Amino acid sequence: MPDEKISILSGTGLTKVFGFGRQKTVAVDHVDFNFYAGEIVSIVGESGSGKTTLAKMLLGLINSTEGDIYYHGTKRDISSQKKKQEYWKGIQAIFQDPYSSFNIFNKIDAVLLDCINMRGGRKFPHAKKVELITEACSFVNLKFEELTNKYPFELSGGQMQRLMIARIFLLKPKILLADEPTSMIDACSRATILDMLMKLRVETGMTLIFITHDIGLAYYVSDSVYIMEHGKFVENGSADEVILNPKEVYTRRLINDVPKIYEEWDLSSV
Amino acid sequence: MARVMLEVKDLTTKYITRFGEDVYAVDHVSLKVEEGKSLGIAGESGCGKSTLALSLMGYYFAPLHYTSGEIIIDGKNITGMNPDDVRKSILGTEIAYIPQAAMNALNPTQKIINFIEDVIHAHKPAATKKEVYEIASYGFETVGLPAEVLQKYPVELSGGMKQRTVIAISVILFPKVLIADEPTSALDVTSQKLVIKMLRDLMEKGIIKSMIFITHELPLLYNVTDEIMVMYAGQIVERASAQQAVFDPLHPYSKGLMGSIIVPEKGLRGHKLSAIPGVPPNLKNPPAGCRFAERCKYVVPECRVTSVGLHELDDDKRAYRCIFSESELRRAYKNA
Repeated sequence: MPDEKISILSGTGLTKVFGFGRQKTVAVDHVDFNFYAGEIVSIVGESGSGKTTLAKMLLGLINSTEGDIYYHGTKRDISSQKKKQEYWKGIQAIFQDPYSSFNIFNKIDAVLLDCINMRGGRKFPHAKKVELITEACSFVNLKFEELTNKYPFELSGGQMQRLMIARIFLLKPKILLADEPTSMIDACSRATILDMLMKLRVETGMTLIFITHDIGLAYYVSDSVYIMEHGKFVENGSADEVILNPKEVYTRRLINDVPKIYEEWDLSSV
Repeated sequence: MARVMLEVKDLTTKYITRFGEDVYAVDHVSLKVEEGKSLGIAGESGCGKSTLALSLMGYYFAPLHYTSGEIIIDGKNITGMNPDDVRKSILGTEIAYIPQAAMNALNPTQKIINFIEDVIHAHKPAATKKEVYEIASYGFETVGLPAEVLQKYPVELSGGMKQRTVIAISVILFPKVLIADEPTSALDVTSQKLVIKMLRDLMEKGIIKSMIFITHELPLLYNVTDEIMVMYAGQIVERASAQQAVFDPLHPYSKGLMGSIIVPEKGLRGHKLSAIPGVPPNLKNPPAGCRFAERCKYVVPECRVTSVGLHELDDDKRAYRCIFSESELRRAYKNA
């Protein structure tokens, strides 16, 4: 972590309301947050607590009803498509479902070539592009020779998720938003994916925002943790502080609900 | 000695692909579940866990085919039974199965009670509507679900509730063995806990006599089951009590799996996750020697040529599949 904390992404009073009148649902309710550069932040909550809605707002995929987002200390401006693309050079995401993250009509080469083009490598000679792609693939333990000319459906879930990381490796964004990156893959590949993300972070010094329902995972990876309940942040602080000494009832319940191995798992409290 | 509820001897089943290749997804698996006990099956995706679950029921349909071995449920040998007979006399009453995405198995246009009617009519064609309702409401109350759920449509229930409803439906005829295949993988931690509590209650109240629980989440397995079997590439690589399998694994693969556990407890942050490099072998042409050799840290040249049997340790409860002896493995782990 850097000595001096520089705020990279922050928000004040961010709100998202779906529907109106009697069917109004407040998905995200006046949240304030401040993410520092180079930090790993986790946002933890149950299903339906508004985590993914918040993520979509941070990415600029949906508009917020109220509130502002500040990127590098200045108010974020994504009013035009061009400005949006400029913003997306700084922030990228990995989603929960690797199968739906790729365009099924494009070959894998096209996906990775796009990333190079986006980073200003459009004029590179072909050999240079292949070299970059091969490097990215070997970073995530994939062999580009085996993947070239394949469509996304020909890969396994774990391979696709690793390919997503290869994309991030080529793009080198300032912020990576990972929305439940390991919930669809088994425990064994989970360790591999986490290792790669950590390695990537060390190499590029990016800020990682983890969105997860697994509080164990949040504790393992993050520097600071935000706990989300019904669209509000109920508790935040450093990982040790929040997870070892939880103050809120909700946080305590989340921790109790995870199966334990070193301590007795109390089943009576449900 | 306790009554043996389910015994499987040397079961082998295969898939026949449309190119006529044989894929042995379950390869000489033997297991035994006693009354009141639960058995856990762990392993990564594609190792044959779900195929084993399907094979255990004796209900085969293409492309899955029976090859050899025996399945004995409570003293009754069901090997080689006609699938139709299996469905009529075994499924539901002797052995029940909860598939992976069980909550999507409910037909959205039917009320919950209609599913139960189907199940009961398949086994007792003469049952009247009133009898069905009585059995159903009694069953639901014993497992801790309100009887109002019976009159609801699946869309009116939450994900965790649907999952528990499916479990309640599958145990309505008091099966002897319940096979739960990743019953909690699509749920968040709170609903997961409710499902686990329900499964434990079922065992305690004697509604089911024994259980086979399949998952890749080891902390969960540790909390639910008495015995754990680790599968790799269609074979059992280790069998041990839950305590031993998690804290004192013998096979290098189990050791690797246990290294990927994440639990929110003190001391986790300092601990390094150990991922197993590489991918499992293709079962169309499995390697001649040990199937884990390609990814094993402790591999020696003999591993790749000699096929390894399951070593039974003297207490009969533990077994592992490795060419090294127990003391050699322990020494290797100590030095690592």
